[in-house]
Amino acid sequence: MKITVKLFASFRAGRIPIETREYPAGTTVGDIVTEQKIPVAELGIILVNSRHVAIDRELADGDTLAIFPLLGGG
Amino acid sequence: MELLNDYLRDHAEGDLLPWRCQVEAADRFHLSLAQVEEAILEMGLLPARYQRNRQCISTGQQLQLFRSRVAVIGCGGLGGYVIEELARLGVGELIAIDPDVFVEHNLNRQLFASPSSLGCVKVEVANKRVEQINPAVTLIPLRQALTRTNGRDMLNNAHVAVDALDSVAARLDLAEVCEELAIPLVHGAIGGWYGQVATQFPGERVLQKIFANRENGQGAEKQLGNPSFTPAVVASLEVAEVCKILLGVGSLLRNRKLTLDLLNMEIEEIPFLQSGGEET
Repeated sequence: MKITVKLFASFRAGRIPIETREYPAGTTVGDIVTEQKIPVAELGIILVNSRHVAIDRELADGDTLAIFPLLGGG
Repeated sequence: MELLNDYLRDHAEGDLLPWRCQVEAADRFHLSLAQVEEAILEMGLLPARYQRNRQCISTGQQLQLFRSRVAVIGCGGLGGYVIEELARLGVGELIAIDPDVFVEHNLNRQLFASPSSLGCVKVEVANKRVEQINPAVTLIPLRQALTRTNGRDMLNNAHVAVDALDSVAARLDLAEVCEELAIPLVHGAIGGWYGQVATQFPGERVLQKIFANRENGQGAEKQLGNPSFTPAVVASLEVAEVCKILLGVGSLLRNRKLTLDLLNMEIEEIPFLQSGGEET
């Protein structure tokens, strides 16, 4: 299935900001986070097709996944 | 009061009241600069210091701002700019909350940090700064960390609370206190080149959604630090939201979060729907 992965802010450093490619059926958000070597503790908001999802969400063909880092500074 | 009003009317230039006359009126009638400012605005006159506000803010709205009380929680990177801008805007009462003193690594970005303020209490320095730039504004310095238990008293009667904190856990506490007291909350957070802003009214719980299950998360700022420009940008956006809430004008960042990437100059808007559309 085809998934578009969009990374934002600091997650772009050393990674491809937007990429659409094939993933095996049953791929979850967590699988992509692991593949992208994003530490779970740094995760902020996760959107699939502009809707907020949890890390265990299973993706479907044609989904767009957007991953933002956590920001806590002031 | 009649004598004061006569004095103010006599010394107005058009509808503007020069600062030196405001000071002289306070002295002559044994009033505070704040009391004189309120009298000026109630007469439909404008303290001349606000004349460049006027294309955006009417004299009636300036009085509304003067009668407003805004709590700023955190007096560091965001809080310094927020307090400076609210004081120049003419918000009458500011509650500044922060337990810390200035240290050397604050100097790269925190507006009230200077070599001479190192070791000084942040809320006290903020108070002195406001006295310098707009002595008609009253700042209440609270040298304490806000918690769910003390927050009720600290935010008492605030019309708006501004999040200028530096941790996820503290923000969630602030959000709960605002929810309890039914105070609108303007959220801002920064890290490196990146920032975010959102506004929430009681019941909307956007902040709680942004940080759901992230109490122990690691913010990008831990690795990226905070340069000088990011807090200035995010703080200014927060103050624009505060101004609109106090005056009831414009469109607020409600049920949406603005995410800023200053490295690539990109702004994303993330929706937070109130019903459906969310799985976390």
